[in-house]
Amino acid sequence: MLGLGVLSLVLGFVDHTTSWLDGSRSALTVALTPIVVTADLPNRSVRGIQGIFSSREDLRRRVTGLESELIFLRVKTEKMAALISENNRLRGLLGSAAKLQDNVLVAELMGVNPDPEEQEVVIDKGSEDSVFVGQPVLDSRGLVGQVVEVSPFSSRVLLISDERHSVPVQVLRSNLRFIAQGTGIGQQLELQHVHSTADIKVGDQLLSSGLGNRFPVGYPVGVVDKVAFKPGKPFAEVLAKPNAQLDRFRHVLLVFTESRVAEETNTSSGKGDDRGG
Amino acid sequence: MIVVADNETGGLVTIWITIIAGMVLAVVPMPQFVPVELGFLRPDWVAMVLVYWIIALPHRVGILTAWLAGIAVDVLLGSLIGQHALSYVLIAYVAASLYQRLRMFSVWQQAAVLFALLGLNQLAGFWIESIAGLAGWSFWYLLPALSGAFLWPWVFLMLRSLRRWIGMT
Repeated sequence: MLGLGVLSLVLGFVDHTTSWLDGSRSALTVALTPIVVTADLPNRSVRGIQGIFSSREDLRRRVTGLESELIFLRVKTEKMAALISENNRLRGLLGSAAKLQDNVLVAELMGVNPDPEEQEVVIDKGSEDSVFVGQPVLDSRGLVGQVVEVSPFSSRVLLISDERHSVPVQVLRSNLRFIAQGTGIGQQLELQHVHSTADIKVGDQLLSSGLGNRFPVGYPVGVVDKVAFKPGKPFAEVLAKPNAQLDRFRHVLLVFTESRVAEETNTSSGKGDDRGG
Repeated sequence: MIVVADNETGGLVTIWITIIAGMVLAVVPMPQFVPVELGFLRPDWVAMVLVYWIIALPHRVGILTAWLAGIAVDVLLGSLIGQHALSYVLIAYVAASLYQRLRMFSVWQQAAVLFALLGLNQLAGFWIESIAGLAGWSFWYLLPALSGAFLWPWVFLMLRSLRRWIGMT
């Protein structure tokens, strides 16, 4: 008993301080995937049964709705393309690097961390789909979180509402920069160190600022829904509601930014040079 | 199912199937209409199944089984490797040293002991998390022990009828 207990403590210590156990963890995750899939079966079958019993009329209505939405979004995208090229031309005039389009990969939700204190989800794409630790994750409305653990066929995503997570943000209206930290339960973000004279009010849109080089610039993060200046406190209490539907998304987008690809090619060519030298 | 009296491997397979069923229950996502806070009531199913088998068949299920199950749960829940392993080893040790007395207890007396065991389980998990600087104590941590103790009679009766049906001794 003592031996196994000490072994567990040592393993815990090694896992906490080093990344030596990551390989065995991802191998075990693959071996245990059937358990996660089985646990998701009730959810999956409920959706399947709903699919079987939805009537022809319902489906037709949905298809028409989706088609009109598609046309609407296409028009918007065309406008966006023009705007992007104009933006890049102007950035060229200013001498700054052109913004590149991000590539995305769609992933489906596989499981949720049962501990309500830990806002984590498991998605069905892993290192086989070149998902990497630290990769930003979005849904159709805004930033969801980042990948914290990768195994070959699944990965774990830490949501922005987790207490351990912070994201650098910028207020769209006033360009003020803050850090938005998760608050745990309740799907809220708290802005850190907001000065009581800061220009921020309820309804302000927060975008990712791109500082910290983790999240790409300009994705919606949240909307400010409470600003409280307390006399005697050095900072104001500002809460924001995430744009992403953190408690009900089924599909998420994994973002591959071009700069990272460029970095990778740089490093790999560097390695090649080393080998050549 | 074929009756596998005195069949070591058959028994072992059944035991691991129930442990894996506990793991499935440990990670099954709640439907969306359930409030998030109810998640605090989710008992540690794997620990309960382990305690049952240790009381019923102490010569087959012991600390090593508990440790292996703990490592698997650590991987499933993404906690530090060794966290659940340590707490399961602890409660397995206590259960294994008390099994003769526990067998004599009525099922609700057992539930009371279970509350202490599962509380110890939660506490050990919390120790590891706090050493790693991941958590702050709140009494919410004891809710799974409470719900586990209330569910114990049903877990106990189900697993016992399963064991008798298969004829494991």
